[in-house]
Amino acid sequence: MSDKMFISRRKFLKTTGITAGLAAVGGSLIAFETAEAKGNDAHNTHTAAQKNSGIPRARMFFTNVLDFNILSAAAERIFPKDELGPGAVELGVPYFIDHQLAGAYGYNAREYMVGPHFEGAPTQGYQTPLLRKDLFLQGIAAINKQAKTQYKLDFPDLSPAQQDDILKMCEKGDIKTDGFKSSFFFSVFKSAVIAGVYADPMYGGNADMSGWKMKQYPGARMAYTDIIESDKFENIEPISLADMM
Amino acid sequence: MAKILNKTDVVTVGVGFTGGVIAAECTRAGLNVVGLERGGYRTVDDFMEIHDEWRYAINYGLMQDLSKETITFQNNRGMRALPMRQLGSFLLGDGLGGAGVHWNAMNIRFFPYDFEIKSKTKERYGNKLSNDYLLQDWGLTYDEIEPYYTKFEYAIGTSGEMKSPFDGKRSKPYPMKPLVKTKILSNFEKAAQKLGCHPYMTPASICSDAYTTPYGEDLNPCQYCGYCERFGCEYDAKSSPINTLIPVAQKTGKYDLRCNANVVEVMKKGDKVTGVKYVDTLTGEEYIQPADIVVLCSFVMNNAKLLMLSKIGEMYNPETGKGTLGRNFCYQVTPGATGFFDEQMNVFAGAGALGVSLDDYNGDNFDHSKLDFIHGGLITMLNAGSRPIGSNSVPKGTPSWGAEFKKASVYNFTRALGASAQGASLPHKENFLSLDDTYKDAYGLPLLKMTYNFTKQDRAMFSYLSEKIENLLMAMGAKSVSSKPNGENYNIVPYQSTHITGGTVMGRDPKDSVVNNYMQHWDADNLFVVGAGNFPHNGGCNPTDTVGALAYRCAEGVLKYNKKSVSLV
Repeated sequence: MSDKMFISRRKFLKTTGITAGLAAVGGSLIAFETAEAKGNDAHNTHTAAQKNSGIPRARMFFTNVLDFNILSAAAERIFPKDELGPGAVELGVPYFIDHQLAGAYGYNAREYMVGPHFEGAPTQGYQTPLLRKDLFLQGIAAINKQAKTQYKLDFPDLSPAQQDDILKMCEKGDIKTDGFKSSFFFSVFKSAVIAGVYADPMYGGNADMSGWKMKQYPGARMAYTDIIESDKFENIEPISLADMM
Repeated sequence: MAKILNKTDVVTVGVGFTGGVIAAECTRAGLNVVGLERGGYRTVDDFMEIHDEWRYAINYGLMQDLSKETITFQNNRGMRALPMRQLGSFLLGDGLGGAGVHWNAMNIRFFPYDFEIKSKTKERYGNKLSNDYLLQDWGLTYDEIEPYYTKFEYAIGTSGEMKSPFDGKRSKPYPMKPLVKTKILSNFEKAAQKLGCHPYMTPASICSDAYTTPYGEDLNPCQYCGYCERFGCEYDAKSSPINTLIPVAQKTGKYDLRCNANVVEVMKKGDKVTGVKYVDTLTGEEYIQPADIVVLCSFVMNNAKLLMLSKIGEMYNPETGKGTLGRNFCYQVTPGATGFFDEQMNVFAGAGALGVSLDDYNGDNFDHSKLDFIHGGLITMLNAGSRPIGSNSVPKGTPSWGAEFKKASVYNFTRALGASAQGASLPHKENFLSLDDTYKDAYGLPLLKMTYNFTKQDRAMFSYLSEKIENLLMAMGAKSVSSKPNGENYNIVPYQSTHITGGTVMGRDPKDSVVNNYMQHWDADNLFVVGAGNFPHNGGCNPTDTVGALAYRCAEGVLKYNKKSVSLV
């Protein structure tokens, strides 16, 4: 399916007015994309299944349910459910983060991790020897330890206001951790939550493209030739890369 | 033992825009060229699923693998230099075509003032900056470099309009009309005009129309998809080395392109270089590629590093001011602001270089006699396509997470516009490149060390430009404006600009330059070094057009040298 689709798109470019040497036909490409995407919805059961509630939810990285629940509760406080739409949990953000930690992101695969490690000046950036997967595990454990010390409860069992208090301490660097500052963990964690809200749904977050819908972002669309000169705001249905496979 | 290969006429180290120009020009003139590229092979077919912000924009899918090689950094000589462990401040490219694949494609010339900055500043303001600033003329005037600019702009295609009163003279108009002027841009244009400025459509190497280059390569009109910077273009609308130059060389049958070939040494014997040694990054095997002419065409950082590793030229010493290799390392001063508006706009659509710019506060286009700095910067509003992970601007006073953040970041996504400046960066005696003595790359070689900080001149320029940007956004009707802070020290973490320059500068005198004005090395006349490393200072706009122009000048030098085998100056 995927090869055929992309060959057809390339062929389309080569054989229509969008090819060099001929005048461009404004708007024709986007119409083509939309039709193609609709065709997928109707005929590709895999895509259709993914869009419904049957998104496979399994953990690739976390082994301990409490850890995952702490991550989920904290993520929801960063991006809570409200009248605009779903929060981090409903969007699948904890699974997004879990999947990422199991791969190149979690293992800092394309970063320079060679020692010796020194703290350095803030202008010199991230210097901790901890891999991101360990940073998350240690950061989550530190948050929960703080919750137990302060409230005698696990973090997920706290009220939202109590959870926010702990997260604010973490943000300020006031929670005790080894080999990194809690403020550093907080900034990495917060960025991961935002990424899970808005990354293409194929990564397991942004369920049903709801992150994009809230922001009125049209997703992975291929062209805007028909609206680029429009004087009014265009609210366009989003499409995912998965819609194009 | 390294395997010794058959000799070639020319070998280029790196195949991006400069390597592409050298390969196209030299193969067409009948020379055999070997292109050694340390990244992988790729074509436009690799960009069909490129609209993936997480993979490419946030996780730097097209950028250098730092686990193999990075740099170390310190703000000054008194600090302990530490490795840049993640990308941030600037984005080093990776793969065939280099940074020329992920660029935004703003293709702008420097001013006549830039090429004679020392003489012209002295003439108008005397010795305004102290001698700690190593200002120098380039050894080529604007009039001399103009034909090469024109060649490069036509070779890769450029859309633009001749409307700025501050431009140097152009021998030919832009190859294509400007990209479309969106409502956002026309509002910015009106605001700039209201403030007495002279806005114009930003020159873009993105096609406003179908375009065939003088070499016969076809490019297609832009689809305004909003995925340029940090992405490759699946439409062949944004120019890159892989759709404009590399195929030209390949079609001659004289070009031997080898990817996954990381050069670790330039071999030198007496006053000539004899070839290069490289490692196949997949198998680890070593090869020696002998060549009559060696051209270093990799990014700023790596050109300087290779010369240092190969012990060619004298290292710059900031204590004594002696030596030239590594000096005049410059960056850019990048003030910017976000304006928050009432009305929703189509911020998601656009193109990397789709913008309106103005030069009223750039170069020596305004009087600096009562100011604490010289030069200035191009101010631009880009309509490049906002993306949802990267664009979460909220007005001052909004929390950075939680319920209020969610509301404000969602509401403002379609209501926030940014404008920014690219302030010129002038060389200072304490800003330089050298080799690190602690940290090593994956091949066991020392990392390059960058010693860099903002100067008094930079901070004064930042404040000045920042205020101009705020005024422009307010004139556009912004309800509120948030500006980037004017940091005391350069910080390698937040993204600022990939416009890094210097270290292997050009000039008329071997005392203050590494190469002559043909980019020919003073110490080995069959070695050429070309790129933004040749800039004695960084101008107030994007460097690529000037890099391309210098590459055409260098190609001419290589061909002349091939006939004469002597120094060209």
